Amino acid sequence: MNAMEHVTTPPWAMLAYLISGVLFILALRGLSSPSTSRAGNRYGMIGMTIAVLTTLVTHFPITGISYEGPSTAIEHGFQAVPDFGAFGLILAAIALGGGIGWVTARKIAMTDMPQLVAAFHSLVGLAAVLVGWAAYLNPQAFGIVEVVNDVTTALAQTGPEGTALPMQIHPQSLIEMSLGIAIGAITFSGSVIAFLKLAGKMSGAPIMLPARHAINIVLLLAIAFFIFGFFMSQSMVDIALITALSFIIGFLLIIPIGGADMPVVVSMLNSYSGWAAAAMGFTLHNTAMIITGALVGSSGAILSYIMCKAMNRSFVSVIAGGFGAAAESGGGAAKEQRPWKRGSAEDAAFLLKEAENVIIIPGYGMAVAQAQHVLREMADTLKKEGVNVKYAIHPVAGRMPGHMNVLLAEANVPYDEVFELEDINGEFAQADVAFIIGANDVVNPAAKTDKSSPIYGMPVFDVDKAKTVMFIKRSMSGVGYSGVDNDVFYMDQTMMLLADAKKMVEEIVKSLQH
Amino acid sequence: MDFISILSIFVMACFVGYYVVWSVTPALHTPLMAVTNAISSVIVVGALIAAAASGIGAGAGVSKWLGLGAVVLASINIFGGFAVTARMLAMYKKKERQTPAASAKREERA
Repeated sequence: MNAMEHVTTPPWAMLAYLISGVLFILALRGLSSPSTSRAGNRYGMIGMTIAVLTTLVTHFPITGISYEGPSTAIEHGFQAVPDFGAFGLILAAIALGGGIGWVTARKIAMTDMPQLVAAFHSLVGLAAVLVGWAAYLNPQAFGIVEVVNDVTTALAQTGPEGTALPMQIHPQSLIEMSLGIAIGAITFSGSVIAFLKLAGKMSGAPIMLPARHAINIVLLLAIAFFIFGFFMSQSMVDIALITALSFIIGFLLIIPIGGADMPVVVSMLNSYSGWAAAAMGFTLHNTAMIITGALVGSSGAILSYIMCKAMNRSFVSVIAGGFGAAAESGGGAAKEQRPWKRGSAEDAAFLLKEAENVIIIPGYGMAVAQAQHVLREMADTLKKEGVNVKYAIHPVAGRMPGHMNVLLAEANVPYDEVFELEDINGEFAQADVAFIIGANDVVNPAAKTDKSSPIYGMPVFDVDKAKTVMFIKRSMSGVGYSGVDNDVFYMDQTMMLLADAKKMVEEIVKSLQH
Repeated sequence: MDFISILSIFVMACFVGYYVVWSVTPALHTPLMAVTNAISSVIVVGALIAAAASGIGAGAGVSKWLGLGAVVLASINIFGGFAVTARMLAMYKKKERQTPAASAKREERA
């Protein structure tokens, strides 16, 4: 493929990109344990620095286009004069973006992490769209122009005055470029919707359009058709349509998906942002981008898989959306009144103090109430009393993978007191108290017993085996996200603590200290 | 580089990604998303090329500004992504090891 070699990347630069790709692998590798993770993050930063510096050096802006006639190849026609103005502009762009990013990262509350991640995904998507368009408009800079050896053809292409006519882009690059733009645009608009839903700026409830599956399929086919058209014609109309339709489909794909399915959506968009970067890497023949794209793409895909499995739902059913919408209409239907027991903070404090083993199960409600700090305080008080406290985390608790872990870490809960579902589920039989705060569906035994339940087959905590269950909930009226009634409310050993999670735990702490 | 070499790198990297990501502990899945976010902004390489390019024709001028815009977006992500990951990872702490003296004291009291 000689066509690619007329704007060559020097060998040292290729090596540098490879090194940054390897450093990115090490960055993810470090996350296998909290103790190595900080070093991993530094590897990632070093890798990024190498990639950026390499590009800045090999692509220093030049100016002074003295065109010496069409007889020499185009790149020899330039007299390279460094353009410090343009370089300054680039540095300013980095400083501006870097400043915004850094300040945001410092200021953001840990509970807002899901929407921050969604917002960041949207930026990667939009950047991919912009880079794709830039490559389309100035293919020469990206080294993706077909080299025409025949001088007369070259002349014909550059036009009689040596200017203007669009250059022919390598056909393979056209495909890569249009895929990058399409995936980037889907990532962008999808992430914007995910962000709005997670930030509460838009209702988390699924929005169902009639015939939405048909619309989506038609749109996808249309995008595929225009990619083919773009491949044949290199026309701006085609690439504009690809961009516009991809923006629309990204939007349509995410609006029917409800709030608690967001862990899957956020992971999926994470994956898309990776594939978009990889597609651009193919266009640019850049190893760092390809390696990173593959890493991020598979990372997001694996996370989506883990989340789906933790809900016992297929990826297709999550993406098809609508889960939790039907429940709203069915939830109000004739519900039998069953007896349940209400406890007070004093009762709870008494039982907790007497307990030997307590397992705390946090859920999204804890994040909403910002109760993680006072919860840790309660655990500390209990530990001083000699109570053994552990935390149990369901993979889909919260709005993104690992959401609860971060919140507990923020509240200074040591990570070796926090356990995953399969590691702790056997311990409920020995637990004196299962303390449920802001979780619901993940402790619902219907998932184990009721085949007609929408959450049937989802792995849940065996809280019914604990001697006492304390269930913090705002009121008895609301049901979990799935809209299913929870038998745990009505068990003999269950004590319902009806209040705001944070207030209730504060009161328990107060009673414990007296 | 020809297409097959690039494709080989891509396929191999997918496998590496698969194994590396499965080894990530679930407790760190949120930092994983934040850091993958940061590194996928390596797309800044393409943005820098576009922003630095000089060229002839009207397209080149637009391309340059698109590149600069992409540099801003990717930089937000790079700095924001790594900073927020670092902030999260700094919070993950192990249980404080009790000094032998302290635990002996505790036993005495008990």
